[in-house]
Amino acid sequence: MPVEPGSHRFRDAASSALKDPGLRANFRRAMDGLISKRAAQFADPVEWRDLKRLGSAIRARSLARLPELLERLEGRCLGNGIQVRWAETTEDANRIVLEILRSHGATRVVKGKSMVSEEMHLNEFLEEHGVESLESDLGEYIIQLDGETPSHIIMPAIHKNRQQIARLLGEKIRGARYTEDIDELTGIARRVLRKKFFEADAGISGVNFAVAETGTLCLVENEGNGRMSTHVPPVHIALMGLEKVVENLEDVPPLYSLLTRSATGQSITTYFNMITRPRTEAEKDGPLAVYLVILDNGRSRIFEDPELAATLRCIRCGACMNHCPVYTRVGGHAYESTYPGPIGKILAPQTDGVGARHDLVEASSLCGACGEVCPVGIPIPELIVRLRQEAAQPEPGSTVRGAGTGGSRGESLAWRLWAKSHRHPVLYRLLGLTATRLRRFIPGRLPVLAAWTSARSTPRPAARTLHELAKSAGVADE
Amino acid sequence: MISPETPPDERPADVYYYGTCLVDLFYPEAGLSGIRLLEREGVRVVYPQGQTCCGQPAYNSGYSSEARAVARSQIERFSRPWPVVVPSGSCAGMMKHYYPSLFDGDPFLERALEFAGRIHELTSFLVRVLRVRLVDRGEPARVTWHTSCHALREMGIRDEPASLLAQLERVEVIPLARESECCGFGGTFAVRHPEISAAMVEDKAAAVAATGAPTLLSGDGGCLLNIAGRLEATGQRVRPVHIAQFLWERTRAR
Repeated sequence: MPVEPGSHRFRDAASSALKDPGLRANFRRAMDGLISKRAAQFADPVEWRDLKRLGSAIRARSLARLPELLERLEGRCLGNGIQVRWAETTEDANRIVLEILRSHGATRVVKGKSMVSEEMHLNEFLEEHGVESLESDLGEYIIQLDGETPSHIIMPAIHKNRQQIARLLGEKIRGARYTEDIDELTGIARRVLRKKFFEADAGISGVNFAVAETGTLCLVENEGNGRMSTHVPPVHIALMGLEKVVENLEDVPPLYSLLTRSATGQSITTYFNMITRPRTEAEKDGPLAVYLVILDNGRSRIFEDPELAATLRCIRCGACMNHCPVYTRVGGHAYESTYPGPIGKILAPQTDGVGARHDLVEASSLCGACGEVCPVGIPIPELIVRLRQEAAQPEPGSTVRGAGTGGSRGESLAWRLWAKSHRHPVLYRLLGLTATRLRRFIPGRLPVLAAWTSARSTPRPAARTLHELAKSAGVADE
Repeated sequence: MISPETPPDERPADVYYYGTCLVDLFYPEAGLSGIRLLEREGVRVVYPQGQTCCGQPAYNSGYSSEARAVARSQIERFSRPWPVVVPSGSCAGMMKHYYPSLFDGDPFLERALEFAGRIHELTSFLVRVLRVRLVDRGEPARVTWHTSCHALREMGIRDEPASLLAQLERVEVIPLARESECCGFGGTFAVRHPEISAAMVEDKAAAVAATGAPTLLSGDGGCLLNIAGRLEATGQRVRPVHIAQFLWERTRAR
């Protein structure tokens, strides 16, 4: 079982990120701020516990009835005049979007923020096919100007500080002067984007919650660009992962509250859009045509495993990454996956293969901070361990992609020997005796301990084990 | 996760002591201190010499069948219905929460659940079950406290260590910045992702040094070994001590 090529992508990228003190400072500062804002929102532990239980139950119920709810959503959307397209792969989704745009003769697109469109690498695809696609979320706009991908699912440009953004806008936007004033910077972007909203032939957005009962697409945002992208151009294309469906309208408020409070520490966002149909003849604004593209991209395979299906509960709040000690130090780009941080550690290995992304599966101290703050109760640390099992010793009939491709013969043998010595008390005590008696002979730099001693002194066993101390102190054995 | 039922916290006559492999090899004095603290409360402590390791290293690495074999051998050596007291939140969390999952669908599950229900982390057992009252006999001291992730998030240990330290009149606890952030140990994580682990322990050791306290306390051998290694490598004069040893040293009759 050789390790697949490319499976050290994270390790290498994380290594470079760790050597960038500016980057580390940007993330630490931003994450500290987000952690304290969220903590203020959930100051009452009982309210937090109850709301988290409710949110978890809503998401679990939605997933338990996923096929049925998706069918109902499609039926409602069609009844409301929203056209629905299904995409199994990101290639399919890109092709579908392009076909829709071409059918309307659209060549200029404005985009609201959408992580599904990041999965699809939609902007590059559209540019290759002669369509101008402009991000209108400020953070997304900034990274698009710099040719980057998001480093965080909620705050895509969080890896940049104010000075870096000021320089970028000053260089890339004609007529813009260098300023570090946040209002002025926002004003510069706004002047560009305002014009584009009115020129655009189509708007593309994501979906936060799709309500099966009513066929309503909910969109959560702060800048109003989501509303502009979905209401001003004559065509609106909404992109969603198939897990985003919920059953009823009343499922939305608890999830919305959990989302905004967990993500940015806001009680509520500035905008909450509910899109149910295209413009009617009596109305003066709104798009003439609305499309919903529902993407699978490996989700239905995740859905097959009852335990791992919890991955699909995610409402993309980003709290897991905000609280992750690994993410805080290496930043989002190191993960080389659309979704970074803890959720990325369980999602990317399932969509790309546990062997291919084994370095992500391993990249956790299992500290549990992510699971603690997840508003919909995804047991992320337990799912990381489960994926490690799938990589090393999959159960027969495993549906996990790349199951069994993460271990190595040497490692497998090492654990077998370990188990043998730890099942037999005599062998174990012999090891303990050897280690304690040889403690003085352990050199300061031991090759097998190189990873440990790169930052720490060599660990030295005590002179006598607790087994020995307990025995000589007369502590009962049985 | 299959959660075991926890029996009511009655004061027992006998308890088992599960030393853990890290304490066995690196902090045996702390292990023995834990035994002394329990014995002083009038409890008979039994330390089965056949105990080895809870199996967490294999479990967390994805090698469940190896972890299962070791787990079974441990459960079999703790067969009497006594509480099992563990001077580590991490090993206690493994035995309490993950042993049952290891035997899901196995006839041994019932025994695993029964065993898991008897697991107690040491500071929690001292506070909640034995309701200890400590008399400080030490010189004035300043310490800082690092919470272990698994004690906090798997065993729900929040106030217990602080409440024990608060009973020591001449001990001042200096708050540690980002106290509940992981120190970067994570068992095999420290070896598989050494650079990230190093970045985490560097920050933790710096925060410890910044408190100015000459003593660092923790309730988990893994965190102690990790932070101590970093403090020593950077020449910091901070003494890392397991809370069991600290409590015993300050309160024992002289």
